[in-house]
Amino acid sequence: MTVAALFFYVFASICVASAVMVIASRNPVHSVLFLILAFVNAAGLFVLMGAEFLAMILVIVYVGAVAVLFLFVVMMLDVDFTALRQGFLNYLPVGGLVGVVFFGELVAMLMVGAGALAPGAAKAITDPIPPLADVTNTEALGLVLYTRYAYYFQAAGVVLLVAMIGAIVLTLRHKPHVKRQNIADQVARTKATAIKIRRVKPGQGI
Amino acid sequence: MNALLQEYLPLVIFTGISLAMGLALLVAPFIVAYRQPDPEKLSAYECGFNAFDDARMKFDVRFYLVAIIFIIFDLEVAFLFPWAITFGQLGVFGFWSMMVFLAVLTVGFIYEWKKGALEWD
Repeated sequence: MTVAALFFYVFASICVASAVMVIASRNPVHSVLFLILAFVNAAGLFVLMGAEFLAMILVIVYVGAVAVLFLFVVMMLDVDFTALRQGFLNYLPVGGLVGVVFFGELVAMLMVGAGALAPGAAKAITDPIPPLADVTNTEALGLVLYTRYAYYFQAAGVVLLVAMIGAIVLTLRHKPHVKRQNIADQVARTKATAIKIRRVKPGQGI
Repeated sequence: MNALLQEYLPLVIFTGISLAMGLALLVAPFIVAYRQPDPEKLSAYECGFNAFDDARMKFDVRFYLVAIIFIIFDLEVAFLFPWAITFGQLGVFGFWSMMVFLAVLTVGFIYEWKKGALEWD
């Protein structure tokens, strides 16, 4: 267990340090790379807790896809980095307020306990989870996700659908003068639609 | 619990070796390489012309759309893994639960196909 504790402190310290670097580094691209480092270390923490499936999903989805998306956004911003630093002090009060509110909520949660705020939560947590020796983490998830939590599962599907449609509606712009290949139209062309014969008298234009 | 963590020992060894190798390759040139810099060697190009503008230019928004669509289908596949593992024990309800989920996302897939979001221009 001491080895596990050692790895916990390694992962946790790197995670916190890279999270600080996300907001402290001057270059936004470096910020995203530090964010990726934080994600990977969070995945390590999940593995230490025995949540293998979550760890792998974190690596695949967050590191593989979301971080790439953030990189695109950072690249798309096309900002002057020195100009970006100018407004830093203006945003400090708002950002600080949000941070204080989050910290206060966290402290309140720890002081009062989750059970007082959400009466059903404590029962849901203590519902029997199959021991890791019998079934793997992914299997335990699959046993309840598709049957007992079917509504949440379908809601997740609808959320994904809304995200997909929203992304298309917001970002899809067709260029007006692009010629696409339409095979059905091309095959359906006949002599009547494709060519037109004009008899031109000598000495006159069309 | 411990048995689970022991399965990750090869991963730790792999990460350690790759870190050590990467660091060695980074540090070794500073120690052994012959260095005698002069202004011409350090300039951007020894011949030709200087760069016209910054290498960081605006990305096309279409990359963003492709990335978002990739994430959504990535998540859809992530939902399939636990389902596939427990397929034998789930029964009919679990099967149709997943089929409805896939059908909802197929609606989105047809929508994006018909809107031409999968075409580049």
